Amino acid sequence: MNEGLADFLRGIAATNEWWVILPEILLALLALGLLVLELLSPKIRKLVPRVALAGQGLILVLLLAFSCSECVGETGQSYFGGLMQSNDWSQLMRVFFALSALMVSYLGGIFLARQNLAQTEFYHLVIMVAAAMMLLVQSNNFVMLFVALEMVTVAFYVLVAYRRNSSLSLEAGIKYLILSALSSSILLFGIVLLYGVAGNPALAGTTGDALNFDALGAFIAMNPDNPLVLTGAMLVLAGICFKIGAVPFQIWVPDVYQGAPTPVTAYLAVASKAAGFIVMLGLLHGPFLSLQGFLLPVLVVVAAASILFGNIAAVTQGNLKRLLGLSGVAHAGYLLMGVVASFSVEWADRAVVFYLITYMLASFAVFAVLSIAGQGDDAETSMDSYRNLSQRQPFLGGVLTLGLGSLAGIPPLGGFIAKLFLFVAAFQAGLYGLLATAVLGVVISIYYYFSWIRTIYFKSSGNLDAGELVQPLGIQARCVMGVLVAATILLGVFPGVLSLL
Amino acid sequence: MFDTHAIILLAAILVPLLAGVVLAFGSGFTTGLRRSLALLGFGFPLLASLLLAFRFDSALVGGYNFESKIATGLESIGIYLHLGLNGISLPLFLLAGVVGFAAGLYAMFSKAERPHLYLALMLFMQGGLMGTFASVDIFFFYFFHEFALIPTFIMIAVWGGTGRRSAAMEMTIYLTLGAMLSLLGLVALYVTSGAESFSLPELRAYLSAQPLSETLQANIFALLLFGFGILVSLFPFHSWAPKGYAAAPTGAAMLHAGVLKKFGLYGLLQIAAPLLPAGLAHWFPWLAWLALGNIIIIGLITIAQRDLKLMLGYSSVMHMGYAFLGIAAFSAVGVGGALLMMVAHGLSVALLFMLSTCIYHRSLTFDLKTMGGLATKAPVLCAFFVAATMASIGLPGFGNFWGEFTIFIALGQSEATRWLLLPAALGIIISAIYGLRAVANIFFGRPRAEFAARLESDAVKDIEGFEKAPAVVLLAALMLIGIFPRLVSDRADAELAGLYPATESLPQFEPATGAPVPEGKEKAH
Repeated sequence: MNEGLADFLRGIAATNEWWVILPEILLALLALGLLVLELLSPKIRKLVPRVALAGQGLILVLLLAFSCSECVGETGQSYFGGLMQSNDWSQLMRVFFALSALMVSYLGGIFLARQNLAQTEFYHLVIMVAAAMMLLVQSNNFVMLFVALEMVTVAFYVLVAYRRNSSLSLEAGIKYLILSALSSSILLFGIVLLYGVAGNPALAGTTGDALNFDALGAFIAMNPDNPLVLTGAMLVLAGICFKIGAVPFQIWVPDVYQGAPTPVTAYLAVASKAAGFIVMLGLLHGPFLSLQGFLLPVLVVVAAASILFGNIAAVTQGNLKRLLGLSGVAHAGYLLMGVVASFSVEWADRAVVFYLITYMLASFAVFAVLSIAGQGDDAETSMDSYRNLSQRQPFLGGVLTLGLGSLAGIPPLGGFIAKLFLFVAAFQAGLYGLLATAVLGVVISIYYYFSWIRTIYFKSSGNLDAGELVQPLGIQARCVMGVLVAATILLGVFPGVLSLL
Repeated sequence: MFDTHAIILLAAILVPLLAGVVLAFGSGFTTGLRRSLALLGFGFPLLASLLLAFRFDSALVGGYNFESKIATGLESIGIYLHLGLNGISLPLFLLAGVVGFAAGLYAMFSKAERPHLYLALMLFMQGGLMGTFASVDIFFFYFFHEFALIPTFIMIAVWGGTGRRSAAMEMTIYLTLGAMLSLLGLVALYVTSGAESFSLPELRAYLSAQPLSETLQANIFALLLFGFGILVSLFPFHSWAPKGYAAAPTGAAMLHAGVLKKFGLYGLLQIAAPLLPAGLAHWFPWLAWLALGNIIIIGLITIAQRDLKLMLGYSSVMHMGYAFLGIAAFSAVGVGGALLMMVAHGLSVALLFMLSTCIYHRSLTFDLKTMGGLATKAPVLCAFFVAATMASIGLPGFGNFWGEFTIFIALGQSEATRWLLLPAALGIIISAIYGLRAVANIFFGRPRAEFAARLESDAVKDIEGFEKAPAVVLLAALMLIGIFPRLVSDRADAELAGLYPATESLPQFEPATGAPVPEGKEKAH
């Protein structure tokens, strides 16, 4: 018995390739190091933002070098006794999350300084979220998945409610806490159902290791019609749909997006959603592969509902952060269309990832303008405060125009190419109804995106201009936004630079 | 692969774009620097298009001149930046060069606020226009069109006249819907043809070897017809056009109504109709009746207008009906007529929009009822306007005449379309009514009291140099086509003859001569 256990442990330890998760470890160390710095003298405390940014920058460079070098494990290789597995997207998505965290940290620095809020904990949490998301997309086991997901979620509870002095932020925090906990329990319930049914010795292909995706996948392939399997899979997907904000789990989105500090909203909108989609792709192409026939029709309905709900609800929305949240629901719908298409069109998952990347660039451009141009409590920002921005701040006006244009899917910006790929994929997959819905959604979305763009160029009738002059832009902010916009244009004109497609 | 001409073709797209980028950052530029940059950006495409027209090898039928193919990272789904010109795209490429130059010339001296941004946006449009008609790849064909559309919206929203907010919004949503439908149609062609490529020649090769089923053709054609139709203001999807043009600043109106709008027709006659003949046959009754709606219903609405700019907007919608009829005839003659019509209409409508602004600067109103007697003070302006109106009505001597005339002949050649002749001819009378009435109202007769007082003063001058130069360019081009229609038709005919059936009822009619023989007229009727 003891011998067996030792062998078992040795077997697991043999696959403990710590260097594989070196970036995650370094990020965690950086996050902890920041807390230590905070304890030291006030002089050193002032260095925290710089250390946080520089540290993340270094880790990002390391990650890039990591993914370029040949030492990266091949796709499908398992580590840590099957807890983790490198997949097609793990390298790219790690860079994606590191980049998102860096952007959020940068915007957070600007935002926190204006709001006079504690800085160190913010950076700490942002970095921890990034590390957890990196682990999340590599997880190959439901325990690993759930732990990483909870780490992300718990950190977000704090981040969403970070502005303790604002009732809106606290309200958002409570709402996120309750609904997120609910969704986590739904997810957990689904996992437990799957685990339970897979352990039933009366069924074919029963396995004791049902938390492992591969083993579970083999079991499900033999029992694709078992009602418990179907219920469990549905519940797991429901939990993930909460993270990506798809209908009918979108109800938290507007309130939380509005109340959360703007950089955190950006983080939620971009990284949290991306992580959800990668996990969903992994599950659907992994353990749930044999449930296609049952799950795809459901996903089609969810996608269509998300597209319609998000766009129609955004049309009447005057608050910009709520608007971005609702339009994000619609974007989740487009992405789900790509996920559905990925079952019959082999390259559709690449289209999804491409869409996520262009969505990240455009969203950060928009949120950067929102963070920088926002005055004080920006939870109440309406379009009117952007009146004539093109004349007050031509640079911000231009960045916002291009960011919104990319979200709307206008050539020659990256968002257009991304939408084109999704549409071609959906067409090849024969999803005509969903495609028609998506086209309708895009046309509706033009209304609110262009209303905003129009406001940027529209002269204000009153004397708003003089009072609302934002302070001149620093060279740093110009560079950051310039890079985002340049990348958006580059992806639109030369999508080949990503060598994804 | 990259000979000098291919590089010139690429540069005709890039030079305006680059000049636009530089100007967009040029808030501190002096007037002289701004104008010379704009002149470079608008002048180069004109020179390039003229040069390429002279070097065009008409013998190369079915292929493309000055081809170049650049990979941009979309090879995996068969998209290349594939540029080139054939007999059908060359006239429109030239049109874009000429109208762009005239519009740019006029805009350089306009007194718009933030002139650097105004010119920059127009240069972006110009680059997109040149790219649209130089694209062999139907993806980039769409891409450049959308690219040119966005500046239009911004220009209307910023520099537009009355009602610009709602006009810009309505136009944006309407045109996005049209563009999305046509994009779906193009993607459908790509997916169903099996060519794995967005390249037009390849699609053509695949579809002629293995035509799609009739239902599929009809469905895809519907997407393209209504998608492109919305973009060309096919009745009843026209409501964006008059309002949009009435609100648009002159430069944007000239470029959009004159050139960009022809994208939809070009798409129909270069892509949709030849690739999906059964689709056209299926939708023929719709196309014919809707085109008649353009001609008759919109024609009558045009007569009822008392605002000069709205009237011009509606008249441009109306004239699109003839081009649609030409395509509906589905013969080399009819489509050739539609092509001639597009070029001539582009020139004349741009000229009319420009002259209407000149008139506005003198009368300070667009209301036809309050104007009058302007010819006493501005005889040269009057002459230009009369000439442009005559061209638009379709009098001989101008390009529009040959376009309409050839379309009528094509309609008369076939039993199926002969019934369209009478209502279509009625349209000529309608356009004569509103055209001549506008001339009479603006330039002759007795003005209302307030305008009469203004006419007495010295405030009203005749057309000035910076207004005259673009007007001369456009009018000269119109008359050149009016006298030598072969300039356009020769090259197009060779190309069209390969794509469309020649007519059966009139075998002696030779498409290659372009200008039809006079006897054709009697036979046609």
